[in-house]
Amino acid sequence: MREREEDLMTDKQPVDTAIQYQSKLFVPQASSRPETTPDFSHIEIPSPIASHRPDVLSEAIDIQDLAYGLVRVLGDDNLVAGPWAPDLSPDKLLQGLKHMMHVRAFDNRMFKMQRQGKLSFYMKCTGEEAVAVAQGMALKPSDMLFPSYRQQGLLFVRDHSIVDMMCQCLSNAKDNIKGRQMPIFYSSKKHNFFSLSGNLATQYSQAVGWGMASAYKGEDNVAVSWVGDGTTAAADVYHALVFGSTYKAPVILNVVNNQWAISTPQSFASTGSTFAARSIGLSIPGIRVDGNDFLAVYAVTQWAAERARKGGGPTFIELYTYRTEGHSTSDNPDAYRGKNEASFWPLGDPIERLKEHLIAIEQWSEEQHQALQSELTDEITKDWKEALSHGSLDNGPHWPVTSMFEDVFKEMPPHLVKQSKQIGV
Amino acid sequence: MAKMNMIQALNSAMDIAMDRDPNVLVMGEDVGYFGGVFRCTDGLYKKYGSHRALDMPIAEGGIMGVAIGMGVNGLRPIVEIQFSDYIYPAIDQIVSELARLRHRSGGEYFAPVVIRAPCGGGIRGGQTHSQSPEGIFTHACGLKTVMPSNPYEAKGLLIAAIEDDDPVIFFEPKRIYNGPFDGDHNKAASPWSAHPLGDVPQEHYKIEIGKANVLEPGSAVTVITYGNMVHVAQAAIKNSGIDAELIDLRTLIPLDIDTIKASVQKTGRCVVVHEATLTSGFGAEILSQVQEECFWHLKAPIERVTGWDTPYPHAFEWEYFPSQERITQAMLRTLESN
Repeated sequence: MREREEDLMTDKQPVDTAIQYQSKLFVPQASSRPETTPDFSHIEIPSPIASHRPDVLSEAIDIQDLAYGLVRVLGDDNLVAGPWAPDLSPDKLLQGLKHMMHVRAFDNRMFKMQRQGKLSFYMKCTGEEAVAVAQGMALKPSDMLFPSYRQQGLLFVRDHSIVDMMCQCLSNAKDNIKGRQMPIFYSSKKHNFFSLSGNLATQYSQAVGWGMASAYKGEDNVAVSWVGDGTTAAADVYHALVFGSTYKAPVILNVVNNQWAISTPQSFASTGSTFAARSIGLSIPGIRVDGNDFLAVYAVTQWAAERARKGGGPTFIELYTYRTEGHSTSDNPDAYRGKNEASFWPLGDPIERLKEHLIAIEQWSEEQHQALQSELTDEITKDWKEALSHGSLDNGPHWPVTSMFEDVFKEMPPHLVKQSKQIGV
Repeated sequence: MAKMNMIQALNSAMDIAMDRDPNVLVMGEDVGYFGGVFRCTDGLYKKYGSHRALDMPIAEGGIMGVAIGMGVNGLRPIVEIQFSDYIYPAIDQIVSELARLRHRSGGEYFAPVVIRAPCGGGIRGGQTHSQSPEGIFTHACGLKTVMPSNPYEAKGLLIAAIEDDDPVIFFEPKRIYNGPFDGDHNKAASPWSAHPLGDVPQEHYKIEIGKANVLEPGSAVTVITYGNMVHVAQAAIKNSGIDAELIDLRTLIPLDIDTIKASVQKTGRCVVVHEATLTSGFGAEILSQVQEECFWHLKAPIERVTGWDTPYPHAFEWEYFPSQERITQAMLRTLESN
């Protein structure tokens, strides 16, 4: 304790406390906080027939109304209307519904497993399933995906093995990325799904570069990337837009506006405008779409993909949705937003809305829905057992421990060979 | 005196600084209403308002740029980078601007910014939530670089950093936010309330930046470390019974070479421990200076125990995190060498 007393250099003279500021700084507000009642009444929800579907090679400036509007297809009557209605068979719609339900069943199980200590971390996409599933279905398998961390639905659309996704989350011996990353940081070259980074927005300009290479090689493939509303503040987003527009890269740049960036409301990034509007000054069409409307998301993505393939360059899509649950297993949303804010969200739930549509057109029933739900839940349970049979984070088996020295370089240099022999010593 | 963990001690330091000086504000991602993902700024929004506990857009480069501007205009911003792994978008602002501003303006301008950044592994954060990038910043000329290892010193050092007119980058080893950790992850976690350095004065005090602390006196070998590894090294010394002198650097820049020199000239043996990767890590700088200052006193090659030269692996966290065993073996090697 003696040394510690010597360390004490208490400044007996407090600094001049006479300074008092009257702050005039503007600080944005949240849609709700735990002590307030959520209120989304300011959100304008146009009818599906209110928007227009322009030619895919339109100039950004000529269609800027789409950046401030909201493209919708499913009306309040659960029926399809308006110019954006995509040509999708009931079978395709059922496939989309099934994918979304599958993702939700997967998320629920994984979240529970994290709570039971089997996983170190997890992130759900509850309420946003239509984004990845509808967009994934509107693309070609050869289109390259540069996702953020909440587009697991893309892997379901591309028929990735569910067991293998679980093995990645478990960092076990069957994990294709060899236990290197946290749960959900998937990578699947086979599925044209780029390796996830924990650093936000970095993939956005990389997608543009991939698209530039596709154009350079004379190919027809499109790169697609996603960021959240909060991440739009990152400089990489601006880089992607500038480079994408400069070279008319075949790329679709998506902003999943789910209203919350952990505890920070979208008002800290949206600057009082829409995100979609941000690209117009860079000659990239911005389109704002009801992100919980499976058909509208599909239609807008299809439009953007066609534009990209025809040499029209990027499209900037704002998917207007809501993050129903916490950011991840590491936060409790009740600490920073109004209780049950999700139930106030005016655009509903993507699974419920597509289900109601299919029921309305007599292609689906409540009973079939319940049966499918139990079937998917059972499948996930079965998959989880199989994944666990390949090992768990705590108990292994894992990849051999020396595998951590592999892939730092293509060939292991001498200093890593030396270190790999020291491990476990 | 109060029992505080490191989070509470850091919070107390910021609270005191904000209470004393309206120029001090905290800012960063989720630091306002929510109080930070690690809760370090908890309660400051309520007490000082949304203008002084500022939530910010997700753009570290932007946060750092505005912090410099605020600093130039008389404020003392405390920036929280949510994880030190997220600091790279701000590197240009930190290295090219913040660190060099005083020098390039002939002493006319400066920005007294404190950058707080949780660092280190041991929380299963994988490669994007576990890094120890201090060596990148010690290499930039003009940044004081601090890494405390306990609540008492964390508070005193943070107040000193806030009141310092130079920019300070303040790394917080997040594994020891709630309690000291000796590297044995199978053992039950022990809280700071059970540790003497969890006793923290509630009032204002400072610990001088640039002074190391001799934590354990010894005569056989000097172990030099900081942050997380202080507790691992301390346990290795205790459990091996080696008569080692343990130095907690606390500050990397400016480096307290006098304390290091006095110890190594006495023991003639030296082991440097840090969690960051080996090659070009701060340990290399310590080794150079020990060699320059103590060459004729050395009886054995200087040893380094560090993280491996790979990204931090999720599945092999405990094989990566430098262990007591590796530190003990290194101490023994220096003792056997003559």
